[in-house]
Amino acid sequence: MEEKIIKQISLFAENKPGRLANIATNFRNAGINIRAFTIAEAGDFGIIRMVVDKPDLAHEVLHDAGFTVSETSVLGVEMEDVPGGLGKIADVLGDQNINIDYAYAFVTKTEKALLILRVNDIEGAIKVLNSEGVKLIDMADIQEI
Amino acid sequence: MLEYWNPLMERMPVDELEKMQEKKLKSLVNYVYQHSDFYKKRFDEAGVKPEDIHTLDDLKKLPFTYKSDLRDTYPTGMFCVPNEQLVRFHVSSGTTGKPTVVGYTKSDIQAWNTSLARALTSIGVGRGDIMQVSYGYGLFTGGLGLHYGAEEAGATVLPTSSGNTEKQIELMQDLGTTAIACTPSYFLFMNEVANQHGISIQNDTKLKVGVFGAEAWSEEMRARIEESTGIKAYDIYGTSELSGPLCTDCQFQEGIHMWADMFLLEVIDPETGEQLPDGERGELVITTLAKEALPLIRYRIGDITIINKEPCKCGRTHPRIMRILGRADDMLIVRGINVFPGQVESVLMTIPEVGEHFMIIVDRINELDTMTIQIEMTDEAFSDKVNDIISLEKKVQAALKNVLNLAVKVELVESGTIPRSMGKSKKVIDNRKL
Repeated sequence: MEEKIIKQISLFAENKPGRLANIATNFRNAGINIRAFTIAEAGDFGIIRMVVDKPDLAHEVLHDAGFTVSETSVLGVEMEDVPGGLGKIADVLGDQNINIDYAYAFVTKTEKALLILRVNDIEGAIKVLNSEGVKLIDMADIQEI
Repeated sequence: MLEYWNPLMERMPVDELEKMQEKKLKSLVNYVYQHSDFYKKRFDEAGVKPEDIHTLDDLKKLPFTYKSDLRDTYPTGMFCVPNEQLVRFHVSSGTTGKPTVVGYTKSDIQAWNTSLARALTSIGVGRGDIMQVSYGYGLFTGGLGLHYGAEEAGATVLPTSSGNTEKQIELMQDLGTTAIACTPSYFLFMNEVANQHGISIQNDTKLKVGVFGAEAWSEEMRARIEESTGIKAYDIYGTSELSGPLCTDCQFQEGIHMWADMFLLEVIDPETGEQLPDGERGELVITTLAKEALPLIRYRIGDITIINKEPCKCGRTHPRIMRILGRADDMLIVRGINVFPGQVESVLMTIPEVGEHFMIIVDRINELDTMTIQIEMTDEAFSDKVNDIISLEKKVQAALKNVLNLAVKVELVESGTIPRSMGKSKKVIDNRKL
């Protein structure tokens, strides 16, 4: 079950010019590739969430650059890139009373859509999604996207 | 170590103490009205007569006295006795204007010594102790004050005065100093010099107690001193206008015992001058009950503190003042409400998620004052859910509102972005153009 958990990098950033550029520069210098990326914006600050190919290195690099950064466990769900794909996942989790804290999606090169999910019960979610035949990707898959 | 210099006085029930204060206050107002042209004029201008003062509650009818009054009447215009009754002068440095002169009768000196003897006894300093007085001797009250206070308490005084640090350490070792009085920063410096010479205060000297004051210092500094030198560090309070260093905290280190037979304390709102209830933070106002040459009525000493009238664990019943939180001059007025940076700090420090750095930003937007408190996001407090961060902001906001009575904006900023300072850190940015 453990291997189906993806380490997402979350960091706190003030909503001001240059913050993103700073992160990008740090990643470029460290040879880190961003696979998925989103910003949750809330007025003066934002939370930047990223799935990267080398999460531990990314954590270290950002921490050393002075950012407040954490690694968060999330799920990567592979969906058919067709209408109704998202609805199915949401239904399955909702039936089991598992709450989605947040989600963001991106499309891969292989015509699949990838949904990143943070849920309140990650093990329960893995169990129910597995039993419904939903494919969860792991860190090895992330490297290859 | 529960010893008292004067157990009956120090443990007197509070109601009896207050009765005594009332009696002393009544005779004090008569005394100053008769012996000082300054006070007579002040009272007359305020339309108050000595016979209007019956109870401690009547204190608030009396006009305040200010440091500027001492300067305006330089050198001795406020004194209540002719010069030939004085046995000593002290002169405070004039960093903020003209110097101020304080005179002492024999009985003033005796009261000062008694105050210190009680205080030193409360921290276990007395007969058998060797007290090194490393405050400056001279016009400044620290050196001579502690000198005679420690003698009165029964200790043997080593009057090193300040400076010549190597010699201080040598004498400390050779004569077996057990207690020292100086500024906390000088003591830290002394410790540094000792260490440079391979001497450990903890292992190579007999020092067990330090009496530190004459500059602002914090509980954190106390912990650092005690940890690095193995001594107990006590806080001493007093200013030259009140005679000099006078009172200390006791072995329990929970506030400075201000002898009720010598001082009548009030805490006021610095802006309105209204008395505040016990336990509220405000500007300390002191009326001296045992001074002859230069009695002070409702003297605006300018320090911000809280009065605690609960009897102490040590058995002493006299009111305590909590560690001085700053000067009235630091106060901000935001939408008509008084705010001290120290208040903000103490609220923030009770919230575990908040780190030690913060900044208060005051601005005026559309004719309305706004106050924003910036705090740094910490690794411990960080959650990647927006709601968690917003609820932290709200929690801090509610705690501040509760204490300040003022709606403030709380802004979380990235760690490391609030400027650090080597000396006294700047905690307020006031952008208002007043």
